[in-house]
Amino acid sequence: MTWIADIVHGILLGGFYALLASGLALMFGVMRIINLAHGSLALLGAYMAFLLTEHLHISTYLALAPVLPGALVAGYVLQRTMLERSLRAGELVPLLTTFGLLIVIANLLQQFFSPDVHSLDAGRIGPASWHISSDLSIPWFDVLTLAVAFTVLGGLQLVLRFTQLGRELRATAEDAETAELVGVNARAVYARATAIAVAIAALAGVFYGMRSGFDPNAGANELLYAFEAVVIGGIGSLWGTLAGGIVLGVSQEVGAQINQEYFALGGHIVFLAVLVARSASSAPRIRYAFRRFA
Amino acid sequence: MTALLQVSELDVRHGLLQAVRQVSFELAEGETLALVGANGAGKSTLLRAIAGAHRPAAGRLVFEGRDITAMPAHRRVKAGIALVPEGRRLFPNLSVEENLRVASASGRGGRWSVDEVFEAFPLIAPLRRKRAASLSGGEQQATAIGRALMTNPRLLLLDEVSLGLAPVVVEAVYDSISHLIEAGTTIVLVEQDLTRAMRVADRVACMLEGRIVLEGARGELTREQVTEAYFGLRRQAAPA
Repeated sequence: MTWIADIVHGILLGGFYALLASGLALMFGVMRIINLAHGSLALLGAYMAFLLTEHLHISTYLALAPVLPGALVAGYVLQRTMLERSLRAGELVPLLTTFGLLIVIANLLQQFFSPDVHSLDAGRIGPASWHISSDLSIPWFDVLTLAVAFTVLGGLQLVLRFTQLGRELRATAEDAETAELVGVNARAVYARATAIAVAIAALAGVFYGMRSGFDPNAGANELLYAFEAVVIGGIGSLWGTLAGGIVLGVSQEVGAQINQEYFALGGHIVFLAVLVARSASSAPRIRYAFRRFA
Repeated sequence: MTALLQVSELDVRHGLLQAVRQVSFELAEGETLALVGANGAGKSTLLRAIAGAHRPAAGRLVFEGRDITAMPAHRRVKAGIALVPEGRRLFPNLSVEENLRVASASGRGGRWSVDEVFEAFPLIAPLRRKRAASLSGGEQQATAIGRALMTNPRLLLLDEVSLGLAPVVVEAVYDSISHLIEAGTTIVLVEQDLTRAMRVADRVACMLEGRIVLEGARGELTREQVTEAYFGLRRQAAPA
């Protein structure tokens, strides 16, 4: 029975990882921009929501109303002022730029909010849960997180598949110059996509703040899990990211069941196994090498 | 009558290499100009500079009386210039239909729609849901031309549309180009095959080392004259 509970909790935890990873999946998987500041931007969203709830005494959910549009604007500006220039200098330069941004955000947050742990109020559903049996209870908030992740990833998938922005975005990611030659304003399309990605990051950050405490340096840790979810699910596939998040969550819970200290390790092992399996199946030369050693 | 496109003293560089030198010509509405010349003569670069994929180092481009020299490529498409690039350059992971629909981004109204393109190129109509990467060369070329037409261009630039295609397919592609010419579309085409170029175009311009060395209406030029200009024979013979 505890195993079933672990798997159920793993799936629910996976929903959170998927939500955290979805903005990253859009930028990394579709636009081929590696955004190391993704976790920090999520955290920034959480802190903004914290400011609003503290000073205006509104609920965290209501705070999303100004935070999400703000994040859209921030994402647009981020692309036009920093990422666009970095991309022009080469594919790997955004890696440096966003790494710098990660450090700047962490330090600014430390300056303004102190290194103390903050948290966001999840409202009435925060502590509520369904008690299925003595071992298994399902927190409402985790179900809500999974549902939001499902909606966000499904919505992104629909936008990419069926809207003009989605087609223009995929075309630009494949060949920006040719996209321009058929009338696509490639820079504006990328800026809009980054705006969406940052808004989703902020949404994930607010959910992060409601499920656990956060401090100015939490961004990098969460980024790692988000990356693992994207890679396990397969780069470029948004539904894969949901699956990847769930696989990661289940592996961590199962790891923790074996030994409390194996929580993160369980996820890392599955992540590495997926990487090895993938490179072995996609590159014949590596497969050949494997066969020789086998 | 004012020209649809005026190119004056255009210089285009690839780094240190000057690919187009002091090129000037005018194009009237409804005209078809063939650019011929050896590999590396600057034909493709000239087309790409007109389409906006390559910024000229000097000179001026005027389209419909408007200076477009500094205009970005996507706005030139909006103004009515479309390029069918060398090597097709389809979006490989988008379906045929999606490749066409991307090109409606310009928002130029006109006769061309997805259905119109499939009607004009029946070859690709049954493939609309297929990934562009899975098409044959001829099917890709038809899709690439269709994609350019989706922007309802006033000026269509065709770069080596017959390259790498089977002779039968080239015939089919040129058939559809003839229809476009009859419909009054203004076209600049780059073509390696001299005979074909001189058959479809009203005017032929021959490029050599970045310059237009010979230009004239179809009737005025003989094949021999063009061949000489093509290889730069006359210039080499001059000192003797």
